[in-house]
Amino acid sequence: MTAGFAMAAAVCGHYLLWSLLSVGGAIGLLPDMHRYLVVDRHWLDQAQFNAALALGQASPGPNMVLVSTLMGLDMLGLAGALLAPLSLVTPSTLLAMAYSRYSGANPRAPWLRALHDGMGPLTVGLLLSSGWLLARGTAHDAAQCLALAVVVGLNLRTRIHPLWLLAGGALAGVLGWI
Amino acid sequence: MMKITLRDLKIDPAALGGEASPGGPGELFVVFTRLTLSGFGGVLPFAQRVLVDDRRWLSQQGFLRLLSVAHVLPGPNLVNLALLVGEQSWGWRGAIAALAGMLLAPMALVLALGLLAGSWSSLPAVHAALHGMALVTAGMVIVMALRMAPLLRRRRGAVLWAAAAFGSVGLLHWSLLPVMLALGVPALLIARWSGGEASQEPAQRDGAQS
Repeated sequence: MTAGFAMAAAVCGHYLLWSLLSVGGAIGLLPDMHRYLVVDRHWLDQAQFNAALALGQASPGPNMVLVSTLMGLDMLGLAGALLAPLSLVTPSTLLAMAYSRYSGANPRAPWLRALHDGMGPLTVGLLLSSGWLLARGTAHDAAQCLALAVVVGLNLRTRIHPLWLLAGGALAGVLGWI
Repeated sequence: MMKITLRDLKIDPAALGGEASPGGPGELFVVFTRLTLSGFGGVLPFAQRVLVDDRRWLSQQGFLRLLSVAHVLPGPNLVNLALLVGEQSWGWRGAIAALAGMLLAPMALVLALGLLAGSWSSLPAVHAALHGMALVTAGMVIVMALRMAPLLRRRRGAVLWAAAAFGSVGLLHWSLLPVMLALGVPALLIARWSGGEASQEPAQRDGAQS
């Protein structure tokens, strides 16, 4: 019981921290989530991590909140399914609320601009890290690498809806192509 | 663009720039619930259509303004956007209503999906389908990074910052907190005190992603 409680506290604490570190969007958090939850703690295995990501991304709504819901569900059951996503949104929400109150959500405010200019390049680096992590976790053979390249190409060159790509990926998986 | 202060916003119901304004927290809840549920595979385009074209709560300018703020602040972008629209129109009650609308229904839905997938995960077909979807997600995240890459050409040294973040977090698997303290804090301070070139609306130029 106490072990479960300690785990819940650790999960909660990390999602609270990740909330504040998610400058430029929450997808950049994936490498750190993977490092802590999968590699260090073994609270999720690679298949669970991939499944949470795939389902969360395919569902309507704020995707990383949904990914966190599924991760919490796998780690701590229903309590985790509430604890993880709420911890992920609470600190950033309070910050945004304070910002909205005191500076009227003005994008020209000096600190906001500094956040954009200074953190922008880091955000690109973190997004690339996330893409790299996911690619390594899912593309193991030639067919899978080819599929990944096709997804990137289609996504860049056409305006195809992401849901079609996800459906295509699911189908290709079931048919054993990738 | 003129600086809009909080006082202006509170006095003028059209301060979000639209011709109409939310009738109250209840309406915010309903509209954001519908918005978040209709946005399969990306809510942002729907957000613009619903908030700007249908409801007219925001002008195009106002939408981009709030979006750029939502994008830059920590936290999931869509959650921040909902919060800002709610807060700017109906204060904390509006913020809570918009957030609840954004989160409750999708979380319930994904929970049901997760429980189903969990009980079926022993089936090889489910496992294979999820793997295929995860592969597609990997591609989509890579594209997100590529779309933001032009940002790196705007400032000198930006490529180095991005490379440092990728190297430390992506390749060396260092934990994010020390990396953000070591890289993020100096990057923020340098950008603040070099002040420099007036960047345009961030979201407009970066093509902000959700």
